[in-house]
Amino acid sequence: MSPGVKACIAVLALSLPVGVRAASADELADIRRQMETLQQQYEARLKQLETRLEQAEALARQNQNELSEVKTAPPVAAATPYPEPAETGTPAAGNAFNPALSVVLQGSVNSYSENPDNYALPGFQLGDEGGLANQGLTLDETEVTASANVDPLFYGQTTLSLSNQSNGGTDISIEEAFVDPTMLPAGLDGRFGRFYSDVGYLNRFHSHAWDFHDAPLAYQAFLNKQYGDDGMRLAWVAPTDTYLMIGGETFAGNNFPAGSSNRVFGDVQSLFVNVGGDVGVSNAWLAGLSGLRVNAHDRQTDVPGNTSDTFNGDSNLLLGDFVWKWAPNGNATQRNFKFQTEYFYRDESGDIAVDNAGNSGMMDYNGNQWGWYAQGVYQFMAHWRAGLRYDRLGADNNLKVTSLGGFPDNRSVINASGLDNNGHDPQRYTAMLDWSPSEFSRLRLQYDRDESLINRIDNEWSLQYIMSLGTHGAHEF
Amino acid sequence: MTRYLLSVLFGLLLLPLNAAATLRVFSCEPEWSSLVTELAGEHADVFTATTAQQDPHYIQARPSLIAQMRRADLVVCTGAELEIGWLPVLMARGGNPRVKPGTDGYFEAANFVTMLGVPQHLDRAEGDIHPRGNPHIQLDPHNIERIAPALSDRLAKLDPANAADYGKRLEDFRQRWQAAMQRWETQGASLRGMPIVVHHESWAYLNRWLGLNQIGTLEPKPGVPPSSSHLAELLETLKATPAKAVIRAPYQDPRASEWLSKQVPGLVMIEMPFTVGGNAQATDLFGLFDSSIALLKGAQP
Repeated sequence: MSPGVKACIAVLALSLPVGVRAASADELADIRRQMETLQQQYEARLKQLETRLEQAEALARQNQNELSEVKTAPPVAAATPYPEPAETGTPAAGNAFNPALSVVLQGSVNSYSENPDNYALPGFQLGDEGGLANQGLTLDETEVTASANVDPLFYGQTTLSLSNQSNGGTDISIEEAFVDPTMLPAGLDGRFGRFYSDVGYLNRFHSHAWDFHDAPLAYQAFLNKQYGDDGMRLAWVAPTDTYLMIGGETFAGNNFPAGSSNRVFGDVQSLFVNVGGDVGVSNAWLAGLSGLRVNAHDRQTDVPGNTSDTFNGDSNLLLGDFVWKWAPNGNATQRNFKFQTEYFYRDESGDIAVDNAGNSGMMDYNGNQWGWYAQGVYQFMAHWRAGLRYDRLGADNNLKVTSLGGFPDNRSVINASGLDNNGHDPQRYTAMLDWSPSEFSRLRLQYDRDESLINRIDNEWSLQYIMSLGTHGAHEF
Repeated sequence: MTRYLLSVLFGLLLLPLNAAATLRVFSCEPEWSSLVTELAGEHADVFTATTAQQDPHYIQARPSLIAQMRRADLVVCTGAELEIGWLPVLMARGGNPRVKPGTDGYFEAANFVTMLGVPQHLDRAEGDIHPRGNPHIQLDPHNIERIAPALSDRLAKLDPANAADYGKRLEDFRQRWQAAMQRWETQGASLRGMPIVVHHESWAYLNRWLGLNQIGTLEPKPGVPPSSSHLAELLETLKATPAKAVIRAPYQDPRASEWLSKQVPGLVMIEMPFTVGGNAQATDLFGLFDSSIALLKGAQP
């Protein structure tokens, strides 16, 4: 409240009793009369409302009686009158065209045996999302999604994500905001706006649909947890019994593994092929092969120890993925099993500027990196699932220092870059147990034995919740 | 080389147009496949997305289903949000604008019947409730009778060349269906007022048609699995008001009804077919009701 408003209120409060005292007896009588009329009017209106309520209750009771009659003893000999179905659809109103809304609340409590500030994946430069969830009690992402058909030609959807910033503030980001043309013929499927790339398998899923609290190490290392950007997609589904989908995308290139966009139609291009089908009635599978070609301009990454790296060059990623799902007779409600694995291979070449405490070294960089994970999640009874996952990464980076820029020697530039893994391949074992009382809620306990750091084992525990409010979502395979 | 690849791609694009000699129908549930087969015969090539052993609320949006959606000329589903967890994904991924909701290629059976169990207020604390009412509409033959002409009209609209034949088939089906309904209603007369317990609210339409008296449900709330405290309560209710049978669909976990039938002497456990393919007798819509009535009558002394 502004000081001016406060002052006004104070003046009013002070003047009020003075004003009443100053009123004459005649005026008071007049006011009393007015009050009485008002009171009478209100009483009449109340009575009217009460009668209306009684009528409504009686009607409801009557309806209920009719319903229970139908339940207990309707005439069997088709004498039951079958009323014409009521006109479907709701009458038009200002809010009748509101988009479908859903909110996903996510939070967790996390504990790490190693200091999370030292987290790194040796041999890899990580983007800003590549690290661990906050230690202690924390909100994970809160997602708000709105979607609707725009008109007969377009469908639109946006997901806003609210999350904690490291400095204590709240970060609101547009996770996705895309438009799909709905009338493309002949199996064509398009999308433009901001969206998650269709490369790999897990990349297209929002984090609330993941089977583990954290992303696989490969996703942390190669795609900054998940790659989405501003761009366009065109895909085509073949008219065959076996599912075959081919598509490509172009993205601006403002997010890791790219830097800042430098070309009109983007610095990142993808191509992907997905094939899938059923084996009998109980099994279904999906396999994919995809590539992401990145021309990175000034890609900034942080390495523990106050180092920041700037990469310029080419980064080409190849992904293979495979998913197998089993459910007895295809009925997944009681028991089901899901196996999922993905393989990543990346070739990067260019130059890197390494900045640390005022020093700025330069390197020629030619790196090959790979990573994979495999996981299985078993629903052993309705609403309960248990899962295991194994992650592994490897890097073979060729580094040649071209300028020390204040660093004492070549070794210190290389060490500061975080790109030398000293022969160590990060790996991680994960186990989880989750309980989903309904489709809309999930509680999960997870343990990670993270052997990412050299000669260090991080024991990570997390207890997590995922709650969905609003529109019933539909999930991809 | 590029020219060759382009021509192959172009040829693939044209493929579905050449192959459309018969209507390709994507049916979400087996009961609609049976109805389409009755009404269209050899004019339709029907693919059924689910079986009687699967819970139609929870189906994986499998790649094979997307591939079928891609080529469908007509999609026939229950609607009323029964398929809300999977059909939208198939629609979005299938790249087939001819079957999107609102087009002639999309048929929702629930639009043609009077829905039961439309909730008074919507709150997920009440369990898995459907805003538009109970979607298990196939278990009242009067509903089938209402849906058939609408579906036949739709077939004729999509395939006008065979319109006369669809009309003839509809008339033939109607006659056989009405005769069958008469038979079922005579057979089922003794079922009127029969007290039953159900697993899930899947039987509202059957109850209403046959006049069965539903005393309780194994699920405390729709979609919430039976709990021991709720079953204990139900047991108390059954002591006061005994039931003849506890019924469930093939895809529902049998353990709760097995337990209850052991606790209550004289309570017969029945696995109803629920839809076409639910048991050996329910090979089509006629068999579905023949078997359902026979099973219920079998529980009577």
